[in-house]
Amino acid sequence: MGTLRRSQQGTVDAAGAAVRQGLTGDGSRVEPIKGYIFVGFLVLSIVLGIAMLLTLVVDSIIEGAPFLRWNPLVTGVPSSIPSEAGLWVAIVGTFWVIGLMIITVVPLAVGAAIYLEEYADGDRWYNRAIELNIQNLAAVPSIVFGILGLGMIVRGGLSLGPVVYAGSLTLALLVLPTVILASREALRAVPPSHRLGAMALGSTKWQAIWRNVLPAAIPGIATGSILATARAIGETAPLLLIGATVFITFTPEGPLSEGYTTLPVQIFSWATRPQEEFRTLSAASIVVLLAVLLIINAFAIWIRNHYTKKQQA
Amino acid sequence: MDEQPDKTSTADPAAEPAVAPPPAPAPEPVAAPGPGAPSAEVLKAEQLSVYYGPKLAVQGVDMTIPTNNIVALIGPSGCGKSTILRCYNRMNDLVKTARIEGKVLYHGADLYSSHVDPVEVRKHIGMVFQQPNPFPKSIYDNIAFGPRVLRMKVDMDEVVERCLHQAALWDEVKDRLKQSALGLSGGQQQRLCIARALATSPDVLLMDEPCSALDPVATARIEDLMQELRKLYTIVIVTHNMQQAIRVADRTAFFTVEVPSDGDRYGVLAEFGDTDQVFNNPIDERTKRYVSGEFG
Ligand SMILES: Nc1ncnc2c1ncn2[C@@H]1O[C@H](COP(=O)(O)OP(=O)(O)O)[C@@H](O)[C@H]1O
Ligand SMILES: [Mg+2]
Repeated sequence: MGTLRRSQQGTVDAAGAAVRQGLTGDGSRVEPIKGYIFVGFLVLSIVLGIAMLLTLVVDSIIEGAPFLRWNPLVTGVPSSIPSEAGLWVAIVGTFWVIGLMIITVVPLAVGAAIYLEEYADGDRWYNRAIELNIQNLAAVPSIVFGILGLGMIVRGGLSLGPVVYAGSLTLALLVLPTVILASREALRAVPPSHRLGAMALGSTKWQAIWRNVLPAAIPGIATGSILATARAIGETAPLLLIGATVFITFTPEGPLSEGYTTLPVQIFSWATRPQEEFRTLSAASIVVLLAVLLIINAFAIWIRNHYTKKQQA
Repeated sequence: MDEQPDKTSTADPAAEPAVAPPPAPAPEPVAAPGPGAPSAEVLKAEQLSVYYGPKLAVQGVDMTIPTNNIVALIGPSGCGKSTILRCYNRMNDLVKTARIEGKVLYHGADLYSSHVDPVEVRKHIGMVFQQPNPFPKSIYDNIAFGPRVLRMKVDMDEVVERCLHQAALWDEVKDRLKQSALGLSGGQQQRLCIARALATSPDVLLMDEPCSALDPVATARIEDLMQELRKLYTIVIVTHNMQQAIRVADRTAFFTVEVPSDGDRYGVLAEFGDTDQVFNNPIDERTKRYVSGEFG
């Protein structure tokens, strides 16, 4: 509330300054034109972005139209006959891999963010080294994480084998830096008065963070996690590398069951087949992938709004 | 209004308070007793100096705060009023660079002795901030926050109602306890923060310019409230408003800034006495000039 009041004050001040400037009229006439150009540029950017997305969707729908049916596209299993092939195994696999990834990455990322934001002494060289490296990691290509997953998770260190959770863990490593950065932003946005107020009531630092700061940061953390999830759902290369299968007719039974595939892996495999019909099938599958993405994001947004409302109602 | 429980006991009888106020400190009259004749010293600063890093912020403060008094800290900004106030409940511990010299006694016990837990101190000495800072939770949960984190075994409904009554807010919010505290007006929010501070049954309330973000009507309500609260609590209030000090305070401490020719400026306590005396009959030359409006 305090921050709100301050920002309103700021707006009033800015408005006052604008009025004064308008009254004196010194060179403020050029400003509107510059302003229009700028806004025009912004609108153009948005239109371009949306246009590309629409083109993709429309193109996929048109191209995949012959196969765009609930059965067998959604409910069927892979088959060597395109008109009988379906995505059920890949859809279930995607939910397994992504679900387990979220469960793994969010606690890790929030923990790291709380340490860096609330406890770490930013003057220490090792804390600054950690910070810098997290930012660098966020820019590492996904195939590198695939190699890491193959060497450390599937074989080597953890030796899980080509199981569902190995895929989740690899993707978790991939998005971890992004979620850490987003969570830190969210924690930083919580006003210090929440921490001080709690501690003035006799709470420990941890209680202040756990009961006061973290709940206020959940919407921001959720937003970061949504973006990370969206990225992870589309990842193909690392999963191919660590043993996602391209032709499998049964759904995974648990985190440690071997043999799984995900939507982008399935699409990739169909799109690279010589037969024209399989390419049509992969176009139709893209529509399904987008729908799954929408469903998962809608769920995450619902969670975020639920928490935002609980705090502001 | 409900009965105030024995303020020196903790709500949880099993919990051993780290700073147990001794039962009856010998009444030691301080200079020039004011209206509410002091019977005991709640807080006492002895040669208290505070540093931020290498920089001296306030030097050598001696100040005794008697029970059930309202003490106002006034002075130009930057003279260390907030700094001294935060020493009384060890909120300054949260400033990484802060360091104190001297002593702060709470019912005779050294607040800064090594076996005192700052968390325990803050349970006995509540604080209200300049900006109302309700948590983004319901009104009920705001007040229940303190008792919950302290794991006090209390009837929470009863505590919430008592504190809201004491903060003169009950009638305005009794039908919307489960609604967000952020929906309240600024003045209501500040009274909620006062109620929240009362929920842990402290015996001192520290207030750092509690009215500076409020309009005159809300300010008047808080001032009335303080007159009610002084019957049960001891209040230390920082204010930049001299009229407010005159209206509410039994005793007033005037801080000022010392500017040595060879170094950095630091705050000192220039004068401490009955509000009446400090404003009408100041002994210190700097106080005289400040209260007559010559500087600050
Ligand atoms: N957190 C802090 N870190 C460093 N210096 C501080 C901090 N808080 C206050 N100070 C310094 O201590 C002095 C007293 O400040 P403060 O207690 O806030 O004064 P007042 O409340 O009387 O305006 C000032 O010089 C201020 O710059
Ligand atoms: Mg201050």
